[in-house]
Amino acid sequence: MQRHLISAADLTRDDAVLILDTAEEMARVADRPIKKLPTLRGRTIVNLFFEDSTRTRISFEAAEKRLSADVINFTAKGSSVSKGESLKDTAQTLEAMGVDAVVIRHGASGAPYRLANSGWIDAAVINAGDGTHQHPTQALLDAFTMRRRLVGRDAGLGQDLSGKRITIVGDVLHSRVARSNVDLLHTLGAEVTLVAPPTLVPVGVETWPCEVAYDLDGTLAKSDAVMMLRVQRERMNAAFFPTEREYSRRYGLDGDRMARMPEHAIVMHPGPMVRGMEITAEVADSDRCTVVEQVANGVSIRMAVLYLLLGGNEPAVSHTRIEEK
Amino acid sequence: MSKILIRGAKVLGGEPQDVLIDGSTIAEVGVGLSDEGAEVVEAAGKVLLPGLVDLHTHLREPGREDSETVLTGTRAAASGGYTAVFAMANTFPVADTAGVVEQVYRLGQEHGYCDVQPIGAVTVGLEGKKLAELGAMHESAAGVTVFSDDGKCVDDAVIMRRALEYVKAFGGVVAQHAQEPRLTEGAQMNEGIVSAELGLGGWPAVAEESIIARDVLLAEHVGSRVHICHLSTAGSVEIVRWAKSRGIDVTAEVTPHHLLLTDELVRTYNPVYKVNPPLRTEQDVLALREALADGTIDIVATDHAPHPHEDKDCEWAAAAMGMVGLETALSVVQETMVETGLLDWAGVAERMSVTPARIGRAAGHGRPVSAGEPANLTLVDTEYRGSVDPEGFASRSRNTPYEGRELPGRVTHTWLRGKATLVDGKLT
Repeated sequence: MQRHLISAADLTRDDAVLILDTAEEMARVADRPIKKLPTLRGRTIVNLFFEDSTRTRISFEAAEKRLSADVINFTAKGSSVSKGESLKDTAQTLEAMGVDAVVIRHGASGAPYRLANSGWIDAAVINAGDGTHQHPTQALLDAFTMRRRLVGRDAGLGQDLSGKRITIVGDVLHSRVARSNVDLLHTLGAEVTLVAPPTLVPVGVETWPCEVAYDLDGTLAKSDAVMMLRVQRERMNAAFFPTEREYSRRYGLDGDRMARMPEHAIVMHPGPMVRGMEITAEVADSDRCTVVEQVANGVSIRMAVLYLLLGGNEPAVSHTRIEEK
Repeated sequence: MSKILIRGAKVLGGEPQDVLIDGSTIAEVGVGLSDEGAEVVEAAGKVLLPGLVDLHTHLREPGREDSETVLTGTRAAASGGYTAVFAMANTFPVADTAGVVEQVYRLGQEHGYCDVQPIGAVTVGLEGKKLAELGAMHESAAGVTVFSDDGKCVDDAVIMRRALEYVKAFGGVVAQHAQEPRLTEGAQMNEGIVSAELGLGGWPAVAEESIIARDVLLAEHVGSRVHICHLSTAGSVEIVRWAKSRGIDVTAEVTPHHLLLTDELVRTYNPVYKVNPPLRTEQDVLALREALADGTIDIVATDHAPHPHEDKDCEWAAAAMGMVGLETALSVVQETMVETGLLDWAGVAERMSVTPARIGRAAGHGRPVSAGEPANLTLVDTEYRGSVDPEGFASRSRNTPYEGRELPGRVTHTWLRGKATLVDGKLT
């Protein structure tokens, strides 16, 4: 494992499988009456959020607390990106306080990379979403969810996603979730197809390890998982598509479309969902939709990542099993 | 002023000759000239060029003296072998009146390191709405002939047309920063493979090319001349080539960094590589070199853009755009154009001195190295190899993309009208 987790593209297949396997062990902690491991006792982790994201922050915070780390939440919303010393100054303040890891969410692509590589700080850096670049723990929790559903909870251990066909639908252009997933799913052997109106696909996508299609209906029948992306309403004003209704007709997932997917296929969404536009309530509330599982799995994945980056050499698993005796 | 004998220099890269400076002019050029009464500069193996002329420099004074001043900027220019620089108008206040341009001009004269020829803004406050007093700036002591809203594009077609027409009255030229504003909203880097991966806002080539296409057609229609600043894409080259073949009076410049660096460097997220227009692809770089060699692109201009450390030591999106360039320009041109065999030293003199002086009407600069001409000269040790150390820069700012990179060549001497501004690599 590397010292930081900045991009899903930095993970090898073996790194990624190790994280997924470790997350399975971590998931067991959630089933216990006392959901806590002593693994990161005495370590200090800062959640440095320059951009609002209550869901991601709470998920990291739960993971950190279950590993017994000391947690500091630093919400820097509104601190100016226009005068960018704030990131450097904040980083150095945290460094001076002896922080072991920084979980950073930032509106600017590349901010976590700068934090990790500019010599401002020695702590491990975990990217919790940067601009339209990467959100690697999201991709890991998505892969974890897919592996559990499509390979099996126990059967999946040690396995990747070879041969699975994943369709990612929506605003690829502005999506760090899409970028992270394309990288990680490819590393894990899955075949990825991006589906979006051409206005929401980045120029330069042709070098990505995936297919690109403009027609959703053509891809449904051969998808093991369909991942819907959030479409922000402000995109409409910028002429990325004509109307919300037209977007919904062409790229929304409703019951009819879901019926055309193979029986075992799942529907995923990073949340929060815009019901009625990108996904209908019927689909969102169906058993095939994994949104709630994804949230739960997020905690396990983040525990695994924090443990592997900070926890030392002994496997987390042996800790838990010794205690269970 | 005393006599100086430059002995055995390869004038424009040719056979060794002696050049005798007497006062402010070149007295004699020949072989075996007498050194009687003259200070001798041994120049064997070195190349002597007419003093370089930069049509595109940001000196930041007035307003951002923390980045650069006329004094520090002209010292940087002398270090880089320049004897004249054109100072861009995007200062605070903007150089859109006779008062501001005269101030900048006079500071250059007082400091004496390099002639400073101010560029006037095309529109009031660079706002693109209303023409600035172009005639008054031309008639001022500064004698402005080049007008530009550089940093911003004159995107209103009517304003651009009027500016092109208006400056004909006094032989002026409009230098366009070609950037279609709507196509570059939120732009952070070249739009393409790398931007798609990094998730940084794209600055598409077509945003530059569409404005160049429009402006050459406007220049043709009104019979004026237009200059394209820092042209950066292969497509722009094609448009300028077509315009020239049609007889349109267009000139174009390329920066040293666009001749050497590509957008692959942005993967480091190091804002030292953040510049406008952005670093493009390898294919663009090769097209720009070819175009500079064949004359489609007329000149090299630095777009020297000094910024204080804090404006670059931050995350990419928050960082200022621009790179310093005066002190490394000739080295980059040597590496990308001379050592690749695309240009000889006479060609370098043409593109870095003669033609920029002609475009900007800088009298006394870009002249032949021959008797009777003003002694504006630059002596270059082309054999030198060394890595770039920004700590040694005369510029107040250090935002160079070449820190630690080995570049060939070093300017050892610069003379402005016979007065040495740089001797053995040290400013006087």
